[in-house]
Amino acid sequence: MHKTITIDGQEVPFEAGQTIMDAAISADIYIPHLCHNPDYQPHGSCKLCTVKVNGRNCSACTFPAMEGQDIQNHSADLEQDRLRITQMLFVEGNHFCPSCEKTGNCQLQAVAYYLKMHDNHFPHFFANREMDASHPEILIDHNRCIFCNLCVRASQEKDNKNVFAISGRGINKRLIINSKSGQLKDSDIDINDCAAHICPTGAILIKGTGYQVPIGQRIYDQQKIDEVSLAEESKDHG
Amino acid sequence: MADKLKLATTSLAGCFGCHMSLLDIDERMLELAKHVEFDRSPITDIEHCNPCDIGLIEGGVCNSENVHVLREFRKNCKILVAVGACAINGGLPALRNHIPLEDCLNESYRDGIGIENAQIPSDPELPLLLDKVYPIHEIVKVDYYLPGCPPSGDVFWTFLSDIIAGREPSLPYELIHFD
Ligand code: SF4
Ligand code: FES
Repeated sequence: MHKTITIDGQEVPFEAGQTIMDAAISADIYIPHLCHNPDYQPHGSCKLCTVKVNGRNCSACTFPAMEGQDIQNHSADLEQDRLRITQMLFVEGNHFCPSCEKTGNCQLQAVAYYLKMHDNHFPHFFANREMDASHPEILIDHNRCIFCNLCVRASQEKDNKNVFAISGRGINKRLIINSKSGQLKDSDIDINDCAAHICPTGAILIKGTGYQVPIGQRIYDQQKIDEVSLAEESKDHG
Repeated sequence: MADKLKLATTSLAGCFGCHMSLLDIDERMLELAKHVEFDRSPITDIEHCNPCDIGLIEGGVCNSENVHVLREFRKNCKILVAVGACAINGGLPALRNHIPLEDCLNESYRDGIGIENAQIPSDPELPLLLDKVYPIHEIVKVDYYLPGCPPSGDVFWTFLSDIIAGREPSLPYELIHFD
């Protein structure tokens, strides 16, 4: 017999070793997330997946499911926390959607739409971040990095390389590239690597592919991120 | 019929794209005119804001004049609305924010390609540039935000219809866009 947890009043079965996020995805329940991708080890850094487990805040993507947990996911309080977290991500980097090739297909933007974010609420950092256009096929725009660590994990776990790392702390945190010059062109990244395609924002882009889909037909023009995310993630892991 | 609502609009460090988009409500402008009277706005050429119900601000704050205009609007408008990406987060003009102002001026007026008679503009009539381009909520309190670059005619229409009807404004998913 399956063990169960309860998410917003709904009984959800889980198997030993599953996280709350895993169990939710298997049951077609969307918990907002950015740094989590079921193909990779959980990282637990963005905190967007914060849920209340028996009254305490926990990250659903890292917290193990355990018999009898009573979990709140879509409460007004939690959605408000998630909105503020998303706004913090926006003011920490430089996210100028109208000039970004990822616009319409960006998970950060889509989560913001999902949370009905109209403004950035906080004062902007206008951080000074660089662009690395050195590689002939792959562009890095550090202005848009949210430090989700997915490219780091993709490179290590799937590509068996070690192209990326996050270095520094707090406001000095940055994505670094494993090459002598520190530039992408001197790393061993390849355009077919998972790491080149995993970025949820427009921080890692394939050159020459921008703006190919007209406005109105892009991923999140058509569907909200909860539908897109469940369709992709429960198909592979349900 | 009840008195018309007074509406003022302005463009600070914007491109007037949001104002063009307001005009995209097309024939609904006639319906709007039944409920709303334009005060200070590029549409009326009224130069200073009188007490108003709604103030729509396009563009971020890049110079001293923008600060004065924005404060005049805040003082006179019961509801102040940040319209479009530039008012909300500085927008593309804010791409200059990580470049020192002196370097911006030198590049534009002294060292850039094809510049003749190079000089940094210094006429006392010109408003002084700020060190950065600021989102308007960093200068005054803002009541509502209409995202988009620009927000579509439907965004303006939905928002203004809600206000006219005395409802709490709300945008459906399809109308929330940052681009
Ligand atoms: S570059 Fe993209 S995938 Fe890598 S840490 Fe930054 S946001 Fe995440
Ligand atoms: S999705 Fe769980 S912390 Fe980012």
